Amino acid sequence: MDLGWLVSTVSRALAFGVPLLWGTLGEIYAERSGVVNLGVEGMMILGAYAGFAVAQTLGHPGWGLLAAAAVGVVAAVWHAFLTVTLRANQYVSGLALTLFGLGLAGLLGRGWEGRPLRVPLGTITVPSLAEIPVLGPMLFVDQTILTYLGILLAVVLWVVLFRTRWGIAIRSVGESPATADSLGINVTVVRYLCVALGGLLAGVGGGYLSVAYRPSWTEGMTAGMGWIVIALTIFASWDPLQAIWGAFFFGALYHLSFRLQAYVSPELLKLMPYAFAILVLAVSGFGGARWRRRAPGSLGVPYVRGER
Amino acid sequence: MKRIGPFIVERRLAPPRHVVFGVSVLAVVVALLLAALVFWAYGVSPWRAYAEIGRGTLGTVDGLSDIVRRAIPLILCGVGLTLAFRAQFWNIGAEGQLLAGAVAASGVALFVPVPDGLRLPLMFLAGFGAGALWAVIPALLRVKLQVNEVISTLMMNYIMAYIVEWLVHGPWKGPTMRGFAYTDMFPTAARLPLIAGTRVHWPTLGVGVVAALVVGLILSRTRLGYEVRVVGQSPDAARYAGISFTVVLSLAMVISGGLAALAGVGEVAGIHWRLRSPSHISMGYGYTAIIVAWLARGSPIAAILTALLFGLIFAAGDLMKTTLGLPFQITGVFNGLILFSLISSDLLMYWRIRWRRRGEAWT
Repeated sequence: MDLGWLVSTVSRALAFGVPLLWGTLGEIYAERSGVVNLGVEGMMILGAYAGFAVAQTLGHPGWGLLAAAAVGVVAAVWHAFLTVTLRANQYVSGLALTLFGLGLAGLLGRGWEGRPLRVPLGTITVPSLAEIPVLGPMLFVDQTILTYLGILLAVVLWVVLFRTRWGIAIRSVGESPATADSLGINVTVVRYLCVALGGLLAGVGGGYLSVAYRPSWTEGMTAGMGWIVIALTIFASWDPLQAIWGAFFFGALYHLSFRLQAYVSPELLKLMPYAFAILVLAVSGFGGARWRRRAPGSLGVPYVRGER
Repeated sequence: MKRIGPFIVERRLAPPRHVVFGVSVLAVVVALLLAALVFWAYGVSPWRAYAEIGRGTLGTVDGLSDIVRRAIPLILCGVGLTLAFRAQFWNIGAEGQLLAGAVAASGVALFVPVPDGLRLPLMFLAGFGAGALWAVIPALLRVKLQVNEVISTLMMNYIMAYIVEWLVHGPWKGPTMRGFAYTDMFPTAARLPLIAGTRVHWPTLGVGVVAALVVGLILSRTRLGYEVRVVGQSPDAARYAGISFTVVLSLAMVISGGLAALAGVGEVAGIHWRLRSPSHISMGYGYTAIIVAWLARGSPIAAILTALLFGLIFAAGDLMKTTLGLPFQITGVFNGLILFSLISSDLLMYWRIRWRRRGEAWT
């Protein structure tokens, strides 16, 4: 295995990990506030479609990403309305969102299929850092701005979650909404905001696929990434910093599943990320309490003031 | 209890049956109205669309038989899911379990030397076994290693879909199929009989109806059914009572996955007569079955009816593609909308609105 091979693999793993990272960061916030959103796949595909359609129409990738974010927020707020306000089952609502999103994006995207985006999001070269041998071409060339923004965002979101009052509010709403409520924290508002942030980031993650990574629109182009995001959220122990290496690890798996096609049949390679997702969760189950991922205490439970 | 104008809104703990039924019907109607908006946005008159659907599906023998053919896999998957959901085990993996059954049945049909008379029964048996095996893995992962079953079952759908792709592109690719990714055609002894003039493979339909009755009996009349319900409704009580989660969840998933797999056997042996790419074998029956089971409120018998409803939606999807030029993805939109309005209506069932009685205190 020569060095060039390694360099390009790491570089592509970073690029492929970006939508996973953004999506996972969003889901971490939603789940930290106590709301599971299984609609990530749906929000991502809607974001991918909206991003492509808007960027193609308006001729600028920035508008595309903005539209992707907006669509993600709308979808997520709908989920929040059903699960927080109407207290519907979170699993089923998320599944419905995924079914609906995949269907709607497929329906609307029919006419856009197969055409390349006129104005894809450009890649950047980080000045001077790109000059470093090996590491330079690995990490600082051929990435879009979203790679670095994603990592920065992970750090910011970690600080907010673990070092600020807002973070305490979010975590306490997820652990014990009744306690948070009695301390004067508005459970409903916190949950809406966190779920909406989740949608925003998932939307951008989807938009990245169609505006930057591919850049084109294909039906079902998220190919189960939304579900990998759900697994990564657990894998990262609901910690934004751990999401970084988790996302890039799975980015590498996705990339290798294309890369190794010369040696193994492509269909078997493509199942690798999904098999790994189960494996990783199973292995962390072996390790006993120290390794066990502990979910927020009230994850998945709707909050009704005065009950229980 | 809340007062809104002259009405009193109060909580009720167990909604009576007619309310459940009424609210469910209402939810479906609301979803159809929302779908009308989608039609309208797509430049198709909703009136015309629904009229075409009504005429083309319910109005003709072909249409009716198409509904039933689509409902067969939905019944089998949906009945299995009611059992898993009663145990609060989120089996999202019916799609993969269905495909596992299709693979096992195709293997028996093409490669196992057995007398002709035994071939079909053996296909059903092997299918059930494969689906049960595939489904019991997430149950064990959850009990032994705390792996969330939503993720494991979902991931296993993707894994099984790629295994099928691999088989039809690679080792099982039929030598007589030239460039296409199919296996060879099944021998005649491995094909299910159809009701003349339709594509309804009646043996699978029979199996589905019997399965619904049997699962209904299991739930209401057996120890396993009782334990499934306790595990689902009150895990703590189940733990105190010494109920083994391993045994209960494993058995529930053996049945749930096995039945979904029988749906796969029916599709390859009754419709396609070969193994082909997963999107052709299933078109998302396993996912739609989640809605089937949910709309049936956990009752396997009711799942037969709700499966027919979604059979109608699939048949309508076919029809809209051919007569109105709408893409098939519209069924996904339909299904999502129905599921949305269904869960939002849940709240309605648990609240009762009535007139304030004369002289009743304002509270």
